[in-house]
Amino acid sequence: MDLSRRGFIKLTGATLATSSLGALGFGSCGEAVAENVRPFKLTHAKETRNTCTYCSVACGILIYTLGDGAKNARSDIIHIEGDPDHPVNRGTLCPKGSALLDIVHAPTRLQVPKYRKPGGTEFEEVSWDWALDRIARLMKDDRDKNFIAKNAEGTTVNRWISTGMLAASASSTETSYLTWKVARSFGMLVFDNQARV
Amino acid sequence: MASLAPTFGRGAMTNTWQDIKNADLVIVMGGNAAEAHPCGFKWVIEAKIENAAKLVVVDPRFTRTASVADYYAPIRPGTDIAFLSGVIRYLLEKDKILHEYVRAYTNAGLIIKEGYAFEDGLFSGYDSEKGQYDKSSWDYELDDQGFAKVDDTWQHPRCVMNLLKTHVARYTPEMVSRICGTPQDKFLHICEMIAETAAPDKAMTSLFALGWTQHSIGSQNIRTMAMVQLLLGNIGVAGGGMNALRGHSNIQGLTDVGLLSNLMPGYMTLAADHEVTFDDYMKTRLYKPLRPGQTSYWSNYRKFFVSFQKSMFGKAATPENNWAYDWLPKLDIPLYDIIKAFEMMNQGQMNGYICQGFNPQQAFPDRGKIRRGLSKLKFLVTMDPLDTETSRFWENFGPQNPADSAEIQTEVFQLPTTCFAEEEGSLVNSARWLQWHWKAAEPPGKAKPDIWIMSGIFHRMRELYRKEGGAFPDPILNLTWDYTNPVEPNPNELAKDMNGRALVELKDESGAVVKKAGELLDGFGQLRDDGTTESGCWIFSGCWTEQGNQMARRDASDPREAGIAPNWAWAWPANRRILYNRASADPAGNPWNPAKPIIQWNGSKWVGVDVPDYGPTVKPSDSVGPFIMNAEGVGRLFARQMMVEGPFPEHYEPLESPAINVLHPKVQSNPAVRVFPDDRADFGTPAEFPYVATTYRLTEHFHFWTKHARINSILQPQEFIEIGEALAKEKGIAQNGWVRVASKRGFIVCKAYVTKRIKPLMVDGKPTHVIGVPLHWGFTGQAKKGYGANTLTPSVGDANTQTPEFKAFLVNVESVSGPLV
Repeated sequence: MDLSRRGFIKLTGATLATSSLGALGFGSCGEAVAENVRPFKLTHAKETRNTCTYCSVACGILIYTLGDGAKNARSDIIHIEGDPDHPVNRGTLCPKGSALLDIVHAPTRLQVPKYRKPGGTEFEEVSWDWALDRIARLMKDDRDKNFIAKNAEGTTVNRWISTGMLAASASSTETSYLTWKVARSFGMLVFDNQARV
Repeated sequence: MASLAPTFGRGAMTNTWQDIKNADLVIVMGGNAAEAHPCGFKWVIEAKIENAAKLVVVDPRFTRTASVADYYAPIRPGTDIAFLSGVIRYLLEKDKILHEYVRAYTNAGLIIKEGYAFEDGLFSGYDSEKGQYDKSSWDYELDDQGFAKVDDTWQHPRCVMNLLKTHVARYTPEMVSRICGTPQDKFLHICEMIAETAAPDKAMTSLFALGWTQHSIGSQNIRTMAMVQLLLGNIGVAGGGMNALRGHSNIQGLTDVGLLSNLMPGYMTLAADHEVTFDDYMKTRLYKPLRPGQTSYWSNYRKFFVSFQKSMFGKAATPENNWAYDWLPKLDIPLYDIIKAFEMMNQGQMNGYICQGFNPQQAFPDRGKIRRGLSKLKFLVTMDPLDTETSRFWENFGPQNPADSAEIQTEVFQLPTTCFAEEEGSLVNSARWLQWHWKAAEPPGKAKPDIWIMSGIFHRMRELYRKEGGAFPDPILNLTWDYTNPVEPNPNELAKDMNGRALVELKDESGAVVKKAGELLDGFGQLRDDGTTESGCWIFSGCWTEQGNQMARRDASDPREAGIAPNWAWAWPANRRILYNRASADPAGNPWNPAKPIIQWNGSKWVGVDVPDYGPTVKPSDSVGPFIMNAEGVGRLFARQMMVEGPFPEHYEPLESPAINVLHPKVQSNPAVRVFPDDRADFGTPAEFPYVATTYRLTEHFHFWTKHARINSILQPQEFIEIGEALAKEKGIAQNGWVRVASKRGFIVCKAYVTKRIKPLMVDGKPTHVIGVPLHWGFTGQAKKGYGANTLTPSVGDANTQTPEFKAFLVNVESVSGPLV
């Protein structure tokens, strides 16, 4: 019988309440086991393949989510485990990867854009529009004032070095490509990522 | 990766994680894979169990990697070049090298110019005023046709092999032991174990990480081992390689896409000021072969560059404007790296800074200097899923962050982003695999993807330039942005942009249509330099073709259990899994190790379990070298002008060191290192700070993220240092007692863990103590408040990459009664 692990879970989860492992071709030896097994909770969760966000082993993970994607159903991640089909980690996770659920649901996950004014002692909530408008204004004013079109020898250099950026080594490659395009179109050179740490 | 590229041609881990199982010897030095890469380390255990491999660990601490090693030796932080140069000396003296490999696949026989010299710690061409080298003598002697001269008999006194012999002659076992503190017998035992892998059918793999990079001589640490591996014939083979274990999930990807000061996607480089015209720029980049018939793949640079500019600027990049060459910024200095950025902030030369998923307040050296720098900015934008210290640098958290909020005039934006589980896209793992992942849920609250935020900033800027005009708006106004949803471009479209497409109907030499206009390319071989193709990152070409998303492939089958899994995801370049795999076969095309061939010549083409990293039908008799990116076709024992401090590695002491450089006391530290005057004033002396400190990760934590996660905060709740029993006794420090650890730059107060894992080393006759400083704490999150190891570390980087010297610096330690409040 050719049965993948996931197919096995689905099949057993769906049939255990009324049937037995015997139906899967395991013979009568499974019956006693089946009586003591609860229906597998993850059977009804949506499974999404993803990659651990920490080191560069890049362990495959399976994320289990409640909510069927309907407009009125808020999705919620309830479980994360290693992907047994992944050729590197083969289902295992380390003490960091095993706790991924806790980082997704960390109480210090940021929820809203915030702003701290000069000399301020606390953050205040602001709208996205307000924050991005203000950031663009600050950036443009600085760029217009400090952009270096030509160096002392008269060579065209088109650089902007009074504002800089650090990019995120846990963001996707596609995010990084878009970030490169934006930062360099401004002429940014003070531009780096965690490759050095 | 400024060490592997100068040696082999590409800056990346050479083999795969699973391939480690094929090793006969695993050496972990400059890393601690069992704790930092636990699920990758299982392949070391697999090698031990299934392949009877031996594991050797060389580390200042008896780590958990060491605890399962067959042989362990201690070493003083910052002395790896001395150790490995001693290994090279041993291999040459005992003639334990794979001769045929070294002769055909390295530059051992190439002849170096007259004028090259090394004397009293300095290579030829040093300018002591500038602290830089004129590197013109560090190169090959060329013949009339511009090819490097060669002596394959290795008789010529200036062939690389003989210069190398002379260079490493000083690194005797006695000298290695004096410098490193490693007992001679242990050093020699490891030399013997390494030497066994010079056999054609034996392979050693080197696993390393930041334990090598985070030094003022970091790049040369790695280069020394790369040279050892070339001499042993361990590059390109199964179970061999230089395996740089990258630390973040997509650090390889961000480097590949060129998010570093001087880089462009696919390891192209931005122009320097002196490259005034496009022709000037191309002159130094169209690498002409340095030996007859070599591939020298960078000779296609123009195709990569023009295709990239078409991707960036579309129709606005034309032959008339040199493909918009002037629209990219030029560099007046080698790098605007992060240490330089914070120096500029402290000097009042910067106004704005954006930190996207990066927390420099904890991650970069000299935390006080970081806070002072951020305090001088006009605005700081942070984009992060978590509440970082950087976003709250202005807030008073007591002794861990004694900020005076009222004095700090910086405007701060804290923007909430999605995390990995809430977005789609690819991540490039250490082994260069682009693996696609899918979105599992919506982000919390009003958090948004980075793509949406960057697009939002870009659109607002573009609108302002349209309305108001301003400084050089051309690249902003002409940036290609033809996405279906311009507000939040879909990752699928961005991935296809990187892959590249035909802009017109492409025909081959026979006139047959290869690609219709608009079709996705099959690979970088189809790129052209006339503006008829575009590709945002040439090395990724092939990742999303007309056959679909190759990065999403899920076939884990692995022919012959070779550890390659060629149909799982997609690897750059061209889905090659083992780089330089032509070198897995001898010059005639037969595998060095018949039991584990990767590719071999079948009489008409190269066949095997991996995609050849080589012309698929290039005959062995053509003598084309396996290192196809290098102009000479071979691996470099002598790095020519590609490293700033010398073509051969040399031992230089860390900037803060307890010892005199016994090889050349007048040249104590890396002579080409860049140190800003204010940072130099903040270096301590051994009289004041007598102990060597080194930083590292714990297996329960990832940088400054996991202290936000409950379980990890329970597992390792509190900042501590590790200190050996001997020093603890001497200083009256009790197990679990409070200590104050200070460097010239600051102090932390934390718990002491007294351990047998760190023992004093005898360095040049003097006992030297090492203190371990795990790096994970800060003042936000769920763990107990801490200072952070970067409070102590010096602001100086590797001379090539400016990677900060976190792994060797000086501190003092004393017992205190309790925490500061």
